[in-house]
Amino acid sequence: MEARRLRHDPTELFTRAVQPVLWLLVFGETFTKIKAIPTGGVSYIAFMTPGILSQSVLFISIFYGLALIWDRDQGIIQKFLALPVPRSAFVVGRTMGAAVRGISQAVIIMLLAVILRVEIRWSILSILGTIGVVILEAAFFSCFSMILASLMKTRERFMGIGQVLTMPLFFASSAIYPISIMPKWLQVIAVINPLSYVVEILRCILVTGVYMNMLLHVGLLIGMILIAVVIATLLYPRLAS
Amino acid sequence: MIKVEQLYKYFKQVKALDGISFEVKKGELFGLLGPNGAGKTTTVRIISTLIPPTKGQVEINGYFLPKDAAIIRNFIGYVPQALSSDGTLTGYENLLIFAKLVGLNRSEREKQINELVELMGIGDFVDRLVREYSGGMVRKLEIAQALLHNPKVLLLDEPTVGLDPASRRSVWDVLKTLQEKYDSTILLTTHYMEEAEALCDRIAIMDHGKIVIIGTPKEIMEQAGVETLEDAFIVLTGHEAEEGGNFNELKRVRKTARRLQ
Ligand SMILES: Nc1ncnc2c1ncn2[C@@H]1O[C@H](COP(=O)(O)OP(=O)(O)OP(=O)(O)O)[C@@H](O)[C@H]1O
Ligand SMILES: [Mg+2]
Repeated sequence: MEARRLRHDPTELFTRAVQPVLWLLVFGETFTKIKAIPTGGVSYIAFMTPGILSQSVLFISIFYGLALIWDRDQGIIQKFLALPVPRSAFVVGRTMGAAVRGISQAVIIMLLAVILRVEIRWSILSILGTIGVVILEAAFFSCFSMILASLMKTRERFMGIGQVLTMPLFFASSAIYPISIMPKWLQVIAVINPLSYVVEILRCILVTGVYMNMLLHVGLLIGMILIAVVIATLLYPRLAS
Repeated sequence: MIKVEQLYKYFKQVKALDGISFEVKKGELFGLLGPNGAGKTTTVRIISTLIPPTKGQVEINGYFLPKDAAIIRNFIGYVPQALSSDGTLTGYENLLIFAKLVGLNRSEREKQINELVELMGIGDFVDRLVREYSGGMVRKLEIAQALLHNPKVLLLDEPTVGLDPASRRSVWDVLKTLQEKYDSTILLTTHYMEEAEALCDRIAIMDHGKIVIIGTPKEIMEQAGVETLEDAFIVLTGHEAEEGGNFNELKRVRKTARRLQ
């Protein structure tokens, strides 16, 4: 389904590539020169590439619930909900759709990284690992987004809350600077922020190669996805009314 | 087949349903007739398991709502008021998605889709995009979608609203055929008097969340002592059916038209 929609409208792929390019070029190049942020011996642009990758996957996943609200307004969700199909199937189906989009985004950013000659540890394993993590990230945030959609129900309220949440999720994570240089209160948020886990895992795989806490982070992420799927499944029927 | 007893539904202050009871027998074509805001959609949504009632019970085929909702979904098919097929896909693809969702295997899918396409008389159009369909064809496609899992009961919310007379008649024919050939039990809502009269075995007239009267069109007219269902409605409720409804109606027709572009 999702792949078919993308084929219908490939321009979307292009427009979505623009933002990460700007981030990497402007932010990345500048801070690499001034060396203001302690990155543990790697160039800043390499440090932030996994951050930008996870950020762009976050942005497309977190607004994924919008499709749900759209379908609700059209009466499609109501038709689905009256079918003899387990509700979890709808949630999992959407999650996979989000994963497909996430992967397409990851491919774009990896290509960018090649073009910009970011020093990344390229190997079959690191590419597969990245794709795996991107799938997990898209799964978690699209479920989160579906939960918000089920609670908000209208486009306006959903967009409002989506915008309010996205920026803090991004800045209170280790996406563009290490947690250690944040103020204490921000560190607390960053440590429980699932986006931080994603960034840490990606950074291990793509940049540092130091696999500290990786299993723990992956485990936490999978646990959170399971919880989010269950909540999303329970809330999904609210879209009928 | 369907037994509704003392059903109430409140939306905050609004009493959408104020204690309605009725029964639909197996193989019957039953109509809920009423003006805008009468509570028709609310009733159908409760019976389709989409929203829970505030109070009261619904029995379908020996099972009870809301407790047995998951089982009941196996033998109901629901066609909502809004036209909601995907205009960017073909009719066949629309059917295929639903067939996959309800878990039919490949050969069952082919058989079921072919049979329904033939029944609905949309055979010449299945491979065209749905946005090229007329309103009547979209409606028939949606009825086909709701029938893929062979439900015993079909629930339709204003199936002919916004359709031209010819399309309306073709939808009636399909429903009649379903009733006669497949012994389907059909519950539909409408606010067209002539539709209720021409199509339904029995009717319940609803107004302000209550059922005013139940019976065959003939019985209802006799009881009211008038010649048309329209007059019966005015006698029984004390006001006209279409009163205040024109704006809503127009909005829905527009929505339908937009979907099809
Ligand atoms: N989700 C809701 N929240 C609040 N009020 C609602 C909701 N759904 C319906 N109502 C109210 O309940 C009443 C009955 O509505 P319902 O949609 O069942 O009427 P209807 O007979 O289907 O009318 P129509 O011909 O306009 O479709 C109306 O007063 C409506 O405003
Ligand atoms: Mg209605």
